[in-house]
Amino acid sequence: MNQISPLIAAPAVTQPAVSVRGLSRRFGNGPRVLNQLNLDIAQGEFVALLGRSGSGKSTLLRTLSGLDPVTEGHISCPQEISVVFQESRLLPWKKVWQNVTLGRNDTPRDQARHVLEEVGLAHRIDAWPLTLSGGEAQRAALARALIREPKFLMLDEPFAALDALTRLRMQDLVSALWQRHKSAVLLVTHDVDEALLLADRAVVLEAGRIRAELPIPLPRPRRHADPVFVRLRATLLEHLGVHE
Amino acid sequence: MSGATLHNTSPAAPRFDVPSGTAFSSSSRRKWVNKLQLQNLARYLSPLLMILCWQTACSTGLLSTRLVASPLQILRTGWTLVQDGTLSTNMGVSLLRAVAGLSLALLVGTSLALISGLSQLGENIVDAPLQIFRTLPVLALVPLFILWFGIGETPKILLVALGSTFPIYLNLHKGIRSIDPKLLEMTRTLRLSRSQTIRDVILPGALPDLLVGIRFAVGISWLMLVVAEQVNADSGIGHMMMDAQDFLRTDIIFVGFAIYGLLGLISDQVVRILERKALVWRPQHLKTTASA
Repeated sequence: MNQISPLIAAPAVTQPAVSVRGLSRRFGNGPRVLNQLNLDIAQGEFVALLGRSGSGKSTLLRTLSGLDPVTEGHISCPQEISVVFQESRLLPWKKVWQNVTLGRNDTPRDQARHVLEEVGLAHRIDAWPLTLSGGEAQRAALARALIREPKFLMLDEPFAALDALTRLRMQDLVSALWQRHKSAVLLVTHDVDEALLLADRAVVLEAGRIRAELPIPLPRPRRHADPVFVRLRATLLEHLGVHE
Repeated sequence: MSGATLHNTSPAAPRFDVPSGTAFSSSSRRKWVNKLQLQNLARYLSPLLMILCWQTACSTGLLSTRLVASPLQILRTGWTLVQDGTLSTNMGVSLLRAVAGLSLALLVGTSLALISGLSQLGENIVDAPLQIFRTLPVLALVPLFILWFGIGETPKILLVALGSTFPIYLNLHKGIRSIDPKLLEMTRTLRLSRSQTIRDVILPGALPDLLVGIRFAVGISWLMLVVAEQVNADSGIGHMMMDAQDFLRTDIIFVGFAIYGLLGLISDQVVRILERKALVWRPQHLKTTASA
């Protein structure tokens, strides 16, 4: 999948991978869920999207992934996108490797094995999805996203349903994978720590608009105890309306 | 329709308290197998006892053998019918009718369910008439079918087909419509084509419901056959039983009973085996294969 989509045909180092301009969305006669939203994500940039329930996070992600139509405004997005959802959404009647290569019939099993090795799931290559643990299922979902070599990867609260220890391990994994593949990433999360651990920039959404943008200039790997981390955490929480 | 009830009464899914994936030592495994066999034997104890009581009642004259043949007599008659070839001929005819009718039902039911399950237009056209026909008592059509199709094989096969089309249609249609919308969303983000989505997601996802439908259909097909063969036929198990009625041969009628029961049981087992083969990915099947 190395062909470049017509949308980003220009040799675009400075051109953002994803650009959203004046995006608005309303359902019926309700208030606008997205309100004249502008957002750029640079090539290879990791952006975390935070916001309370109903702030428009999911709608933005659904629009970017092509599940919801663009009714007002404009978005430009690479063709090669992948989405990882909160639930793994594996097909229970296909083995793990067949799920990974789903829709790409010419993909050999070896390629699936290679990607599964990357996410640390090669030993379950022939397992049925319903026998996987929550963490394993999300690893498989990650592999399914990665094998498509996305230029833009969307992660929709991918670790929200996992236990705390598994979540930490998965965050490490995503961090490592992103540093290797360098695709643009949009991570939707409720977890301020997760955003600060992983992202280059945190974007806080409120009532369909960007309320705050916060660069996270920390070297990796990041530590929770870092004083800068602690300060950024307080700032971010304040933007979310939580005062410590 | 409660597919779940069908599953729960399944004798092929005995309850074990052994967690799956546990490694057994060979002796504990043997003990467990023995326990399983004992449980299976215990299940058949009460029917066996009933037959014993029946035989005693007949032998002591408590039950008139003119009205109810004794088990021994039924066995003897069954054996004679096997030897003179009556049974095998009639059974072959009945079996052929059931298989032909069921195949037709499978073809029609599946096609209709696909049409109405995969497109809104299809549902608008197909579903309403089928829901109307479904409520009609199909057996009331027997006189009409004789008028229309005569007394040959056609009305019998069509009756079986008609009765067993509905459960196949209804279950498969339900199965297609109840595919998890989240999976369908996922296929859209992966940019799967419509045909790929149907092949990889919708059809395998609806397969469990189709199999439940087939099991209902198999049961109904025998029911339809009994009626079709008793109203107008010159061969088949039902005909053999009607013939026996004229000569007060309750033993032959009971043999017919037993054969219908046996055929029903065998066909249900066949579908069950199909289910286990086709649905290996399901946790309950994974568990049985892992611990068996």
